[in-house]
Amino acid sequence: MLKASENYVRKLIDEGMRIDERKFDEFRKIKIETNVIKKAEGSARVLLGNTHVLVGVKLSVGEPFPDSPNEGVLIVNAELVPVASPTFDPGPPDENAIELARVVDRGIRESKCIDLEKLCIEEGKKVWIINIDIHVLDHDGNLMDASALGAITALLNSNIPKYENEKIMYGVYEGKIPINDTPIAITVTKLSTKLLIDPNLEEENALDARITISTNEKGEICAIQKGGIGFFTTDEIKEATNLSIVKGKELRKLIK
Amino acid sequence: MSKVGQPEKMIVNGKRLDGRELEQFRPITVEVSVLKRAEGSAVFKFGDTYALAAVFGPRTMHPRHMQDPQKAILRCRYAMAPFSTNERIRPGVSRRNVEISKVLNDALSNVVFFEDYPKTGIDVFVEILQADASTRCAGLNAASLALVEAGVPVKDMISSCSVGKVDGQLVLDIGGDEDQFGDVDMATATIGSEDKFVLLQLDGIVTQEEFFKLLELARKGCTEIYERQKNTFKEKYKAGEVSVES
Repeated sequence: MLKASENYVRKLIDEGMRIDERKFDEFRKIKIETNVIKKAEGSARVLLGNTHVLVGVKLSVGEPFPDSPNEGVLIVNAELVPVASPTFDPGPPDENAIELARVVDRGIRESKCIDLEKLCIEEGKKVWIINIDIHVLDHDGNLMDASALGAITALLNSNIPKYENEKIMYGVYEGKIPINDTPIAITVTKLSTKLLIDPNLEEENALDARITISTNEKGEICAIQKGGIGFFTTDEIKEATNLSIVKGKELRKLIK
Repeated sequence: MSKVGQPEKMIVNGKRLDGRELEQFRPITVEVSVLKRAEGSAVFKFGDTYALAAVFGPRTMHPRHMQDPQKAILRCRYAMAPFSTNERIRPGVSRRNVEISKVLNDALSNVVFFEDYPKTGIDVFVEILQADASTRCAGLNAASLALVEAGVPVKDMISSCSVGKVDGQLVLDIGGDEDQFGDVDMATATIGSEDKFVLLQLDGIVTQEEFFKLLELARKGCTEIYERQKNTFKEKYKAGEVSVES
């Protein structure tokens, strides 16, 4: 049954069409809400068509890494919550959830958009630990872009709680997490020799390969992850970077 | 601010910390059939980076519910030995291992004729015995060699190398401190020497122009690796017992 749908998706793509009648370089309707979870230091909800992702930022105090004693720590985690799809099972993150978290992590980390040195409380001993938790609530394709967008949006809206006498006073804030760039991840999907963006679930199931490219405000590339069984030629990769830079700019406008 | 232990300059007069040119590999060592029990095995080294791969199967897939009646299933597992790095690595599955296993699996899946062996599993185990950057590339090269050595029908080999940006310059084969203190690290792999990228991961900031140059450099590097892989088999089987097509 799935096979039939895959073939249909590919046939349409070959004829220059998509099942939901979008253009190849057109996103689904994007809806972004911020500060949806009061208990979190920052949060965002992203709807990409029917794909629904909730991202929460929580801060805690802990030890820095020995090789960067004066920098805060960033941890990204993703949960493919069973409510989101009949194919998601409860339990520890599987390889898909881990890849998702690590791709979002690298986009943010490598862009150096968080001023981690400002998150040092006591050098070598105490720093702020930023936990970004991605909660996928409804899976209709392109979790990468939705999650990355949710993560940076939540970060932009995150506060640092007051820290006094070794205690974090949650709910009482001292300022914002210092953010000086907005990396945006765009996943370009290769389907039957065509390149397109923002695949829905049916397209994702039929894809040959995908490449997620994160770009910063200057239009530089800060992280890339190729995924899926299939290959990209040099020309296809070049076209994908162009798409990512152009579409990255469009998405950035929505959150800044 | 620079990180703890960061050398002031990584490239002096066009030479890298270990004396290499910008577009030069570390010494490469390739060996196949290094293990007795595995159906295919190989060692691939980039300088001090030491990867060992072993292939078991095609064999009956367990657990059985994971069997595919139409084709074989490839399972690639990448792991690092606890003693492979300065700081001991805790044994067990890390998130990094899971992700790398997945991308290596995807890369290798491009060339295996899965339909030849329905209901079976092909296990590829990659062990990093010593890590000095570019471990996934060394591991992928070893895995591809081991698959061929095991007699698993493949369309071609997968050839992998890393490129990157160090001190603002584009370099081939990231090694040693370049991994930790360099600007950009990019792992790539192609199907043989073809313009088909099956692995591409980049960390760090590059302009689009620099990235295009990195792609070009990666193509050259992967082609060189492909020749080394082919020559290994040519050498091994030159006596004429088994003929290997070039």
